[in-house]
Amino acid sequence: MTHRTRNWLLLAPAGTWFLVMLIIPLSVVFIFSFGERAPSGGVVPAFTFEQYANLPARWTAFKNTMTLAPIGTLLALLIAYPLAYFLAVKANPKWKTILLVLVIVPFWTSILIRSYAWIFLLGGRGIPALLEWVGLEGIRLINTPFAVLVGIIYGYLPLMVFPIYVSLDKLDKRLLEASSDLGAKPWRTFLQITLPLSIPGIATGCMLVFILLMGEYLIPALLGGGKVFFVGNALVDLFLQSRNWAYGSAVAVALVAVMLITVTFYMRLISRLGASREDVSIM
Amino acid sequence: MTKDIDHISKTEFMEKLESYRKGSITRRHFLNVTGLGAATAVLGATVPGLRPSPAFAGNIGDRVVVATWPNYHDPANFEAFTEATGAHVQVNVFGSNEEMLAKLQAGATGWDVYVPTNYTIEDYVKEGLIEPLDTSKLPNYDASAFDPRYAEAGSVDGTLYAVPKNWGSTGMAVNTKHNDGKPISSWKEFFDITMDKFSGRTMVHDYQLTTIGSALNYHGYSFNSVDEKELADAEKLLIEVKPHLFAITSDYQPSMRNGDAWLTICWSGDGKQLNTDIPEIHYVLGKEGGEIWSDYFAIPKSSERKEAGYALINFLLDPQVNAKEVLAHGYPTADSRTFDLLPDSLKNDPILFPAQELLDPLEFGAAVTLTDPNRAELMARFKSA
Repeated sequence: MTHRTRNWLLLAPAGTWFLVMLIIPLSVVFIFSFGERAPSGGVVPAFTFEQYANLPARWTAFKNTMTLAPIGTLLALLIAYPLAYFLAVKANPKWKTILLVLVIVPFWTSILIRSYAWIFLLGGRGIPALLEWVGLEGIRLINTPFAVLVGIIYGYLPLMVFPIYVSLDKLDKRLLEASSDLGAKPWRTFLQITLPLSIPGIATGCMLVFILLMGEYLIPALLGGGKVFFVGNALVDLFLQSRNWAYGSAVAVALVAVMLITVTFYMRLISRLGASREDVSIM
Repeated sequence: MTKDIDHISKTEFMEKLESYRKGSITRRHFLNVTGLGAATAVLGATVPGLRPSPAFAGNIGDRVVVATWPNYHDPANFEAFTEATGAHVQVNVFGSNEEMLAKLQAGATGWDVYVPTNYTIEDYVKEGLIEPLDTSKLPNYDASAFDPRYAEAGSVDGTLYAVPKNWGSTGMAVNTKHNDGKPISSWKEFFDITMDKFSGRTMVHDYQLTTIGSALNYHGYSFNSVDEKELADAEKLLIEVKPHLFAITSDYQPSMRNGDAWLTICWSGDGKQLNTDIPEIHYVLGKEGGEIWSDYFAIPKSSERKEAGYALINFLLDPQVNAKEVLAHGYPTADSRTFDLLPDSLKNDPILFPAQELLDPLEFGAAVTLTDPNRAELMARFKSA
């Protein structure tokens, strides 16, 4: 067996998977998106841009996704960073493993069940009842964008914590000592050493969370009461309720396009940040 | 014989599910959100571990799979069917007729009996997804016992495709505690009060037929209208009402029960269940009109256990069995033999059997109402607005 055949053979399973589960279905969706809705639902082949021209009718779904996904990512980052920092830098090594396990434990229960728990917590007999008890009346939480944000942050926090934790854990502690020996105050050490060195972790965490949030369906469906709509929810409706596969495909293609553009832009930004960091370290 | 030793009994399981429903999670919502309904159908058909013990299998096979609506059967009847035939009944719960149609259209298989609503049957026939019924295998079916109003949609071009299960109406459930003890009586009031003192407390179905239908009724139009101008008026109203809604969901029992919501579009059986447990929740029909419907039993062409399907339908059509079903789901029966067996309190129940003048303005949903692309798109636009 030549080197080359062996490489091909090793790549074959992943390649086949990629082709069958991604390339072919995506191509089908792309072809459908130029079709028309069949009279009793589904799709008939055609070549029309009508579905794309109709995209503005789903503007709100795109707007909700494009606002709540970045806000959710940012809030998750702000909450996850101190936690990851504590786990990696401050926590007593004796407790570290236990603390890490505690971050993972929620993953042992399905996200569906955990989101359901929030329905009770945010519903009229949950947190609002507590707030009423301390005198804050008439606050409604369930079925609002706030409820969706809470669900999102809760659900995706561990995905943000771990990459940041890994990058902070690998951080050479001697750099921090050197910084302090050279007279830098803690906040300056943090801004100039710790934070820049954890950028790969931040970048990975944000990317993971952001991409998953862009396709989110479950949390808005459960905690948004059918009123806080993501593109994912619009897609489910188009395929299962109004059975307009052609339009659904066009919306799906648009979502993929928006994600590609956003992620490319984001990668550029990160690599520029990375480059400027190297400049600093050379100086 | 070690039957049922390693798992909880079916009765117990159904009771667990029931208590779920009475609490805050319902299967309808759960299955809607997860697509578990279809997933279990596939899983049940492929994973040997999920199959019931073959030791009891009779000549109709060891199992029958039913695609149906939530809270729609008496679990004890299924137990009895299993006792009698050896075939276990596997129940898949669906959220809407569209969903059922979409999944059968997409080639989903594994169901032996399903429960389509009157206006869908014609489409199932057109799409070739449904099997004409052989009445010789349904000795309990007596066509003359059924009120034709609730049975006629089962035949298409003279061929019998479906037999009636029960009928019902689509009205509204209102928690009168929040309206000085007064119920409301029209779709006009329903939407007006939502934009006023019930703001943030009202739910509409996540179902175009009933939600758009009610908005059409508000304007005095037909529940079934597909007229562009009339639909535009309905859309305007729905978009205007949307900020005042508590939720757009067909899973309205939990929020009505825990007090988060005060008013909802409601199917009569749910109305009966809510009213039984919480008397201040009233079920009323809109005086402008609304929907009257009839559900049927049918056998999909793709079924691989048709004998078992026939056996189950025949069993459920037995008046004694059917009467127990009615007691469980709270929907009226169109079968006079079953009606005669019901207790007087149910025969005279105003939710199950409303006065004729309240029924008169109601309309049966039309096939075109379900499949009209404009209505479908209107609903999707309203939800993503």
